[in-house]
Amino acid sequence: MAEHIISRKTYTYVFLALLVLTGITTAVAFVDLGALNVVVALAIAVVKMLLVALVFMHVLYSRRLTQITVAGGLMWLAILLVLTMTDFVTRGWLGVPGT
Amino acid sequence: MDTHALESPALRHHFDTAEQQKDASTLGMWIFLVTEIMFFGGLFAGYTVYRQLYPNVFAAASNELDILLGGVNTAVLIFSSFTMVLAVWSAQTGSRKGLMVNLVLTMLLGLVFLVIKGFEWHHKWVMHEIPGASFHWEGPNPGQAQLFFSLYFAMTGLHALHMVVGIGILSLLLYMAWRGRFSRDYYTPVDTAGLYWHFVDIIWIFLFPLLYLIGRHHHG
Repeated sequence: MAEHIISRKTYTYVFLALLVLTGITTAVAFVDLGALNVVVALAIAVVKMLLVALVFMHVLYSRRLTQITVAGGLMWLAILLVLTMTDFVTRGWLGVPGT
Repeated sequence: MDTHALESPALRHHFDTAEQQKDASTLGMWIFLVTEIMFFGGLFAGYTVYRQLYPNVFAAASNELDILLGGVNTAVLIFSSFTMVLAVWSAQTGSRKGLMVNLVLTMLLGLVFLVIKGFEWHHKWVMHEIPGASFHWEGPNPGQAQLFFSLYFAMTGLHALHMVVGIGILSLLLYMAWRGRFSRDYYTPVDTAGLYWHFVDIIWIFLFPLLYLIGRHHHG
């Protein structure tokens, strides 16, 4: 089976998109959106990550086993972050008896 | 006659086909990168906890970082990912010259990133913003500001260490390419090194907004 070769044109478009997104995330950071600032910044970072992973790292054309491995890694990262924050964010919601 | 040896001189005996061998290498690299995701993930988790606890000081401390240098470095690293992908493309299409030129460009861009990073770190040293005995902070809660800068140095430091390792790997690849070790049929080391380089780029894609951009809207 021949390897899928992505064209240089596609790589160039992704490269330009990454630069544009970097500009957007920097510009938006100076606008006060309240709690949405961090949401927008992370959403743009995730889009950039997907562009790099899917196209530059060829995950889009990789074997299913590789794709599952990548998704599994991100799932464990999500568990690490979400479960940690369920603790820290909810501290003090109910108060501690005896204090 | 043993047809196995005919498939490719680079094919090891414990693999059936060159394709199977390459798939194994790709999967192995990704397994390593997943451990790297968890390695940096611990730092990102620590960052998330303390930013959630001390949002105001973290925003003020973030504004001490040079957004221009950080932004330029982001572009430099994205550019280096582009030249890395062109190096892999050159290997895929059998262009030894294209491979070598793009490997050199990728290494140079990596060095530019590290030099700019060095200037930023030096500036923090001059400003007494390195956590420790000589740390100086005008605003309230210097301890919380030290936490931000501890995370800043740990995360950018480990990222830079990965860049140094990456440049080392690329120089080895450049030597192998110069010796004519790669062909259209065998370029697995270039491919897997590319995965590593892009991964380090992705780490910075998250570090830039999380370290440099979190407090900009407070000070206009």
